[in-house]
Amino acid sequence: MHAPAILVRDLHKSYGSVEAVRGIDFDVARGEVFGLLGPNGAGKTTTVEILEGYRERTAGIVSVLGHDPGQRPRALRERVGIVPQGGGIYRHLAVRELLEHWARLYPRPRDVDEVIDLAGLRGKERERTRRLSGGQLRRLDFALALVGDPEVVFLDEPTTGFDPAARRTAWQTVRSLADLGKTVLLTTHYLDEAQALCDRVAIMKDGRIVTVGAPAELGVGALYRVAWRDAETGAVQSRETEDPTGLLHQLTSAALARGEPLRDLSVTRPSLEDVYLDLTEEAVRD
Amino acid sequence: MIEVAWRQYRLERRMFWRNPSAAFFNFVLPLLFLALFGAVFAGDQENLDVLVPGIAGMSIVSATFVALPYTLVFLREEGVLKRLRGTPMPAGAYLGALALHAVTNAAIQLAIVIVAGRAFFGVGWPDDWLALAVFAAAGVACFALLGAALANAIPNFESTAAYVNAAFLPLIAISGVFYDADDAPAFLRDIAEALPLVHVIDGLSGAMVTGESAWSGLVVVALWTAAGGVLAVRGFRWEAR
Repeated sequence: MHAPAILVRDLHKSYGSVEAVRGIDFDVARGEVFGLLGPNGAGKTTTVEILEGYRERTAGIVSVLGHDPGQRPRALRERVGIVPQGGGIYRHLAVRELLEHWARLYPRPRDVDEVIDLAGLRGKERERTRRLSGGQLRRLDFALALVGDPEVVFLDEPTTGFDPAARRTAWQTVRSLADLGKTVLLTTHYLDEAQALCDRVAIMKDGRIVTVGAPAELGVGALYRVAWRDAETGAVQSRETEDPTGLLHQLTSAALARGEPLRDLSVTRPSLEDVYLDLTEEAVRD
Repeated sequence: MIEVAWRQYRLERRMFWRNPSAAFFNFVLPLLFLALFGAVFAGDQENLDVLVPGIAGMSIVSATFVALPYTLVFLREEGVLKRLRGTPMPAGAYLGALALHAVTNAAIQLAIVIVAGRAFFGVGWPDDWLALAVFAAAGVACFALLGAALANAIPNFESTAAYVNAAFLPLIAISGVFYDADDAPAFLRDIAEALPLVHVIDGLSGAMVTGESAWSGLVVVALWTAAGGVLAVRGFRWEAR
């Protein structure tokens, strides 16, 4: 039984009188892809930056690979890769030159060519970084985080501002990290991203974790929603039920009896998006 | 640690020469002033004897106090410092590499000024190499730390030029770079005497031209170095606010 790669207990962080993180707990197992999901200002980046060693916590316990990131031990920095949010890079170096320099900062780096392929930068090795496009720079971010062959990778909003194609490529890179057995902690405010990439997701709101679980499980326990167009009024009706079998039977037999099609029929289970919106919405549903 | 610092230093050298505008500001400007004022003072040895050590002092300031805020603020605001901090590179190795980079620039410029002084402006080889080395080293240390301290006070990259020039231009104007500081009005002389550059230039002038001892001026330089060191370390920021 391995200790978790990342452990967080009752973590608090205040900036002056503002409480950005108000007592959160979670574990990330080795090899797991874990997502912190939430709207802007929920405390995701603060949490990740505490784990990365950039911020000091106000209270609580955090551990990354058995180290306290607040102490910023070199032994930990050698085993962690960080894809920062909007981090700049030297402009007057070529991609390969930069990666080779970075690789030598780590005791057991990955092969630079391998990293160039993994990050999708083949063909750009000799390009100066200031000539790269936004998407290519983000790939370089991945490459810089990977070149030290880290065990844990932090990705702070890895695809914000990406076009759809670039997002798919970035997702592929994250999946390849998981395939390599890396532990990944990512933050995102995109639900589809969390759903596509994460083994487990914690939804954060106002500095707290409101729920945590596998993306598919977060909808479990919630009701099925059956919707259809009413034959008489012409309006769309819907009903939520634990078991839609009986309702569907009623609806379909009534439609058959009338000899009319049952229009706009749908049976849905709440997606992660519904759960997310429910949990993070200010308004209480009636 | 030393190996890491050395590799970082070599990277800084390479990047420096690939960035023409940085190279210009830090390198060409003092030499341009030397050429221009040298031409103005041509044949006037008394003024040339003031100008050459003055430009030598300006070169030191330019390579440290001017260059470091540009570098540090840019890298800080762009997030490069933050990224470096996330790697295993020790902070000391990185800052040591930056310091050595500034020392190298200062040394190269000083050498060019000395050679140009000898070749074009009737100033002989320095008489006192030891004093030259001591005052150059004291000046580099003092203005490098003051430059790092200034970088801490600069809120964003756009305002770097304003902050740097607000300090640098008056400093060189009153510190006897272009004329003998003793000829200035008393109140300007008093201000200049309280600042470090005039003492560095006096020391360089003694070593390169006059042979006069100026060791007592090192006290003022040392005080500013200490103040710069405290402010540079205390206020150092790895990331933008």
